[in-house]
Amino acid sequence: MKTVFQKPEAMTDVPMHYCPGCTHGIIHRLVAEAIDSLGIREQTIGVASVGCSVFAYDYFNCDMQQAAHGRAPAVATGIKRVRPEAMVFTYQGDGDLASIGMAEIVHAAARGENITVVFVNNAIYGMTSGQMAPTSLLGQKTATSPRGRTVEEMGYPIKMCELLATLDGPAYLSRVSTHDSRHVLQAGKAIKKAFEMQQQKKGFAMVEVLSTCSVNWGMTPANALKWMAENMVPYYPLGVYRDVTAKEGN
Amino acid sequence: MPRGEVIVNKELCKECSLCVVACPHGVLGIGKTINSKGYHSVEAVAPEKCTGCTLCAVMCPDVVLTIKRKSPERK
Repeated sequence: MKTVFQKPEAMTDVPMHYCPGCTHGIIHRLVAEAIDSLGIREQTIGVASVGCSVFAYDYFNCDMQQAAHGRAPAVATGIKRVRPEAMVFTYQGDGDLASIGMAEIVHAAARGENITVVFVNNAIYGMTSGQMAPTSLLGQKTATSPRGRTVEEMGYPIKMCELLATLDGPAYLSRVSTHDSRHVLQAGKAIKKAFEMQQQKKGFAMVEVLSTCSVNWGMTPANALKWMAENMVPYYPLGVYRDVTAKEGN
Repeated sequence: MPRGEVIVNKELCKECSLCVVACPHGVLGIGKTINSKGYHSVEAVAPEKCTGCTLCAVMCPDVVLTIKRKSPERK
């Protein structure tokens, strides 16, 4: 029999610290598979963020750097400008990218920096035990919105892909989900495409991956996937928001 | 002979059961043995039904599963 699925080379053997059923693990694997399939492991430099994914540097089998909270796109900008031949990606959660790191991501996108951003949106602050994030849905109960998020008190959730799509800088913006195997496979393709954009020097590429946080949502992992499909996907529509290669007819 | 084979790295499993839900043929189930983290690891409860479709491994967050298949890889 032929082996058709195994751990990608771009992942280390370190057991992941994520909670059972956390889709971070799936997204780590998709990034590693993209790196393997493009054969760029030796030239890839990843930038880990702050949040649950803070230990990402232990799990990727390539050069890694840890950035201060929210500053991963700024650190990645520096690395890419000094070493333009390197493939640079950041791996950030919604607390890191959409909250404290909002300025960095918007300006990196506006400059059209030639980096790849993997943005994991689980609509809550996972590491600090479930406070409301800028991406928490209206009505969603969290530790800091126990009666549910309301527009009057907390405003609207931020849609990062749509927000960055108003800028001229980005080359590729896409939102994908991990709620079933078909969507996970699509997410893998989008992440690979974001790396290809960097290879072709097209500019800023971001993939927003909808993710679960079953522990802080208070659900089983399987129910969390269902909740995400029923609640998050309608508010955060999946799809490609910018693709400069599509305009060129490639 | 089953068309596929699923190999479980039991030490890495966290009993989230996403693979059990993802498998269209009911090959996987939560086992009775406990690993060193204290989780009941998944195991192939009906290995003869495995087709090697890899859907379980695609959903596994901890890359616990390795899949082997008889027929050539589908594109």
